[in-house]
Amino acid sequence: MAKQRTAVLGVGQTKYQSTRGDVSMAGLVREAALRALVDAGLEWSDVDAVVIGKAPDFFEGVMMPELYLADALGCVGKPILRVHTAGSVGGSTALVAASLVQGGVHRRVLTIGFEKQSESNATWALSLPQPFSVSINAGAGGYFSPIIRRYMARSGAPDLIGCMVAFKDRQHALRNPYAHLHQHDLTFDQVVEAPMLWDPIRYSETCPSSDGACAMVLGDEAAGDAAAGPVAWVHGAAMRSEANNFPGRDEVNPQASRDCAADVFRQAGISDPRSEIDVVEMYVPFSWYEPMWLESIGFAERDAGWRMVEEGATHLDGGDLPVNCSGGVLSSNPIGASGMIRFAEAALQVRGMAGDHQVEGARRAFGHAYGGGAQYFAMWVVGADRP
Amino acid sequence: MKPVREVAVVSTAVHQVPALTGTTEVQLMVPLLNAARDAVGLTQADIGFTCSGSSDFLAGQAFSFVQTLDAVGAFPPISESHVEMDGAFALYEAWVKLQAGEVDTALVFSYGKSSPGSLRDVLALQLDPYFLAPLWPPADAVAAIQARLLLEAGKVSGEELAEIAVRSQRNAVGNPNAVRSSPDVAVEDVMAEVPIADPLRPSDLAVESDGGCAIVLAAGDRARQLCGRPAWIRGIDHRIDAHGLGTRDLSRAPSAELAASVAAATADLAIGSLDIAELHSPTTSQEAILIRGLGLGASTEVNPSGGALAANTLMAAGLVRIAEAARRIIDDGADRALAHATSGPCLQQNLVCLMTGV
Repeated sequence: MAKQRTAVLGVGQTKYQSTRGDVSMAGLVREAALRALVDAGLEWSDVDAVVIGKAPDFFEGVMMPELYLADALGCVGKPILRVHTAGSVGGSTALVAASLVQGGVHRRVLTIGFEKQSESNATWALSLPQPFSVSINAGAGGYFSPIIRRYMARSGAPDLIGCMVAFKDRQHALRNPYAHLHQHDLTFDQVVEAPMLWDPIRYSETCPSSDGACAMVLGDEAAGDAAAGPVAWVHGAAMRSEANNFPGRDEVNPQASRDCAADVFRQAGISDPRSEIDVVEMYVPFSWYEPMWLESIGFAERDAGWRMVEEGATHLDGGDLPVNCSGGVLSSNPIGASGMIRFAEAALQVRGMAGDHQVEGARRAFGHAYGGGAQYFAMWVVGADRP
Repeated sequence: MKPVREVAVVSTAVHQVPALTGTTEVQLMVPLLNAARDAVGLTQADIGFTCSGSSDFLAGQAFSFVQTLDAVGAFPPISESHVEMDGAFALYEAWVKLQAGEVDTALVFSYGKSSPGSLRDVLALQLDPYFLAPLWPPADAVAAIQARLLLEAGKVSGEELAEIAVRSQRNAVGNPNAVRSSPDVAVEDVMAEVPIADPLRPSDLAVESDGGCAIVLAAGDRARQLCGRPAWIRGIDHRIDAHGLGTRDLSRAPSAELAASVAAATADLAIGSLDIAELHSPTTSQEAILIRGLGLGASTEVNPSGGALAANTLMAAGLVRIAEAARRIIDDGADRALAHATSGPCLQQNLVCLMTGV
């Protein structure tokens, strides 16, 4: 029994910003969903099922908010699933939606990720005291900075590679109207001189907190063929998870990441990712994760990912493997949507619909998300051609 | 849609108690996951896909499911996903994954430990966050509005609700995972109870429990290898109704009716002809709505385990219904069974799973 072919028919995004005080949570998700439907040339009644994802419910203080959002997402009388897999959730949500089509269960599925961080306080949500454990209140940056230092030590990367990634992504963001951060006057020196938050992570090398939603409509082969505009075909899709803490775990380059990428490339028939993938949207909440994931996914040799950054290989202008042309998580971070934005931006690239941040002639794109203690992974390869 | 692949429940493990004190969710799930896998001789390396369901609002911790991954044994890395839903919906996701044909086995689990908090208040935070949740209506008070509507519409009598409560408590006798049972409770005893949220009396409300459930699914010949008499999932569907309590007819659960009719059509089974039905009904009034709405026949034994009324583990009670119904097929020779799961206020979201022994 073969999987059914699956296509991205439409993409919809809200503007990402600190506070969307003009809309409720329902208004926010509906805005993205409607835009995805319009992009796909479909109506609410064309949607068979909805798959929604977001990060912890404490981020808005609403328990299982999909119950309340059912009306706004037009799914009264339809099935709705709610995915939660830590920071990778936006990617995982898209993959669950894809599996509904691949499994032949539904023909057209609306999938959406959102976060409205302004409704609550993420630092409070992440710092609730737990019995029998000491809270270090270090935030995500405090968790990842030792891992980054380990990467720097073992790869011999120069100190300013992270700043180069951050500056590049903020430049890219200027070409994406939906991006949260539009820092027109930012200079590289300002990135370098920003306050050090969690050594070696500067304030300028971290992601913002955003409100926003991103939606996609996925369809089966017939729906893909019937679409008026270009679609993005799913060539490979996989999720992997591994335990967080055990002796010998490679936290810099987790095996779950390597396994997940290998599975996706196998499905897509890709043997040389660097030359066969045209554009990458990867989950980089802290700048140094760009070279780290370049290595882990297989775009660079071990300890050599930083050289791609240094050479400008990941820049939209002149790079052979542009990474995060949308500005990435470093420029917009509605957490529950951040993974889906990566998947959706990959789809936009191969549909030729990425606007000012389009990579000319992109045929195959890689979408990536990770979460937890770098232990949850979701990835896909989408292409302009039917697989 | 017609399932392209036969998928069955091949093993189940359940544990429910009034309160797990001094036991973490990880400690709860390790023996359950081992039991479900051991029963069919599988290790985690043999499992193609793993999916779980739980709620951060019960754990009081963001990303609480990350810890529970330790109970699975997730190294080498596994293909895995999590829903912030009852485990019955995790089972649905795993069933979908098996339909795509790349894996032959799946492990599904869920758990809930509500005893550290006040569940009737916590559930208020499931309601519309702008117009309803700020009022903090307790869950039993919300359910009582629905029960009052049923009574005043003449769709059910107080005695009939009491009869449902009595059946649950009597059926639960001998079920080690029920936390409320009584061999000799009578309708008069229930009717004499002082209501908690009028008209709902203590016996009308499901008794809260802590616990978890693990299930192994397998497809086709793999299921036949692993289990002498698999519980074949012939139809499974879930639907949701509008959230606003004022926008729907609370005396019905249209999403349950629709899920049942879709599942029945897929399974080519008549709902009226089933041997048993395990219903996830948090109140007797909701059980009355389900019995009528699903179209259960007079010959169908309802909640032989005592049902969720006898032990309602939030996030697991729906998956426990599937486990209980499947176990009747696997171990006790039942032929046709229905399992139901619900989520949200007043039966807002519903899943129906139809299983057969042949």
